[in-house]
Amino acid sequence: MIKRTISSIALALGLAVATIPALASEGEGLAPAGTNIRDQASLQRGAKLFFNYCVGCHSLKYVRYSRLASDLGLSEEEVMTNLNFTGAKFGEPVISHMPADDAKTWFGKDPPDLSLEARAKGVDFIFNYLNSFYLDPTRPVGWNNTVFPNASMPNPLWELQGLQTAVHGEAAPGQEAVVEKLQISTPGRMSPEEFRGATRDITAFLEYAAEPAALERQSIGVWVILFLAGLTFLLYLLKHEYWKDVHDSH
Amino acid sequence: MANVFSRIGDWVNERAPNLAPTYRKHMTEYFAPKNFNLWYYFGSLALLVLVNQIVTGIFLTMNYKTSALEAFNSVEYIMRDVEWGWLIRYMHSTGASLFFVVVFLHMFRGIMYGSFKRPRELVWILGMLIFLVLMAEAFMGYVLPWGNMSFWGAKVIISLFGTIPYIGGSLVEWIMGDFLPADATLNRFFALHVIALPLVLLLLVVLHLAALHEVGSNNPDGVDVKHGPKGNKWNPEKPIDAIPFHPYYTVKDLVGVGFFLTIAAFIIFFAPTFGGWFLEHDNFTPANNLVTPSHIKPSWYFTPFYAILRMIPSFFGTAIWGVIGMFGAILLLALLPWIDKGEVRSVRYRGLGFRIALGVLVFSFLALGLVGAGVTAEVIPEWFPGADVTTWENAFGRLMVLGYFGFFVFVWVYTRFGFEKTKPVPERVTMHD
Repeated sequence: MIKRTISSIALALGLAVATIPALASEGEGLAPAGTNIRDQASLQRGAKLFFNYCVGCHSLKYVRYSRLASDLGLSEEEVMTNLNFTGAKFGEPVISHMPADDAKTWFGKDPPDLSLEARAKGVDFIFNYLNSFYLDPTRPVGWNNTVFPNASMPNPLWELQGLQTAVHGEAAPGQEAVVEKLQISTPGRMSPEEFRGATRDITAFLEYAAEPAALERQSIGVWVILFLAGLTFLLYLLKHEYWKDVHDSH
Repeated sequence: MANVFSRIGDWVNERAPNLAPTYRKHMTEYFAPKNFNLWYYFGSLALLVLVNQIVTGIFLTMNYKTSALEAFNSVEYIMRDVEWGWLIRYMHSTGASLFFVVVFLHMFRGIMYGSFKRPRELVWILGMLIFLVLMAEAFMGYVLPWGNMSFWGAKVIISLFGTIPYIGGSLVEWIMGDFLPADATLNRFFALHVIALPLVLLLLVVLHLAALHEVGSNNPDGVDVKHGPKGNKWNPEKPIDAIPFHPYYTVKDLVGVGFFLTIAAFIIFFAPTFGGWFLEHDNFTPANNLVTPSHIKPSWYFTPFYAILRMIPSFFGTAIWGVIGMFGAILLLALLPWIDKGEVRSVRYRGLGFRIALGVLVFSFLALGLVGAGVTAEVIPEWFPGADVTTWENAFGRLMVLGYFGFFVFVWVYTRFGFEKTKPVPERVTMHD
């Protein structure tokens, strides 16, 4: 009986596990972001980069400055002087000051709020996207992106990464040539390795911003599961004790 | 102190003399077969999840805003600014998926051990009604966060009613209260989700249990303990192979509860989206009627039925056949007591044909789930490069539709015309542990 029970559980688990990769593979062909939101220094670096290079256009309307301070281990003063450049109050959310009308004129669309970007698109997408800008004179703002072709956004991090250009392969007749790879034509302030680290930090920060509860949920979860496992064991002993009556009654 | 309690007890007894006997009838003097196995945990677990959904749901409504403009923001407010809001929401969203896990296993148990057969047809019918209401409840709950998948899922599912000839178009507008899923839709779905359907669900659950306790539980051997020898150590008139539900099955079910909560806690705290199966990526984007998600698909627990809908082609100029197939798949399950005419209940003593058919049913149901979730469409190009995805998916999906409906046809023919060769059913229940 026990054996049969175990094999049915194994079968059920096997089926469940077999289906997971199918969805995990959603970001096909993307390099893993390799973020770690438990690394507070990485989140702090990511926040600094975000507030220097991204917040000019993109809001984090669900994230409050005060929450950033407590979650990233920063003081109110540090957040208000180093991260908050809009004059917002400490308890207010992160709202970009770019006027929507100007944005439409400059980029053709309103830059999206990034609060939930990491949950909607995935961290791998963000990380690869930030690394895949290249110069493309055919686009209105002069930039294109291999991860999100014809994106309306120029590369905000070009001074750090440098300028990338595309190496095109042979074009099939009647079709545009595909981008084979990207290469740095003008070096930036960071080496390619440093730049990958920087974009990884931004991605980690956005991952945190998409679900601040993730910071506490895992550390609480460990204790909850230990408690429940202990409780289950005690309940098993209780059942065992009671069921002696039943087993004696044959 | 004990005196005070007994005086309160007497006071209540005088005024409501039926309360104590009711408690005894359903708990201490409800005798259940003693040979329940793993498959018998899922009924009580479903009740546990129902309570979880109601309690967490009450707390969610305290901060949720029923409005197309505010709903999405209010869910994020719950996730970020409400004390423990994230935990309550994850308990509710994980609970919804686990509800279907335990209900599917509970239903499979019923089919496997013939629990739907005479004299428990009414228990089965009430259970199928619970399943139907549960699906409506889950669908409407899924719309409430007003993410983009909420919107498009609602649009696709509601438009199914549009396939009904003549009245379809106006019916769809009547359900939505607008030409698209909109504020009116969200408000009425909220009303149905938080009060109307839960009331119906609770009533049906009470009836399901009352009907069960009237006829008594089946067991893995499918042996009728009520008609067997009498007299056990608790009661000389009750079946020899039965034990009082309380305390024996209450403590046993508590072990199941402990296991279940541990698994649930693992999901809630470490994988609340469950890789996109329990909370989908596209639903972290607000509803937008101008941007279609790349793959519109319902929540995983609807995917087998959704696949039946998609796999049945339209002909005679109407797409209603898929809708009929989808609802027919549920209706046939409800009619199982009259389709399966075999006398032997438990799969342990049934013919080989039934065992194989049951395997086919489970396999095609799971496979249809993968088709409906779009997994086959992703896997086919990987495994068979150059294959035409639609052709292959349709071929596989339609084969699985045949497998699902084939179960019911086969079982009817197999049992109606006496093809089944059963094994002898023992006089008394067997216990293996």
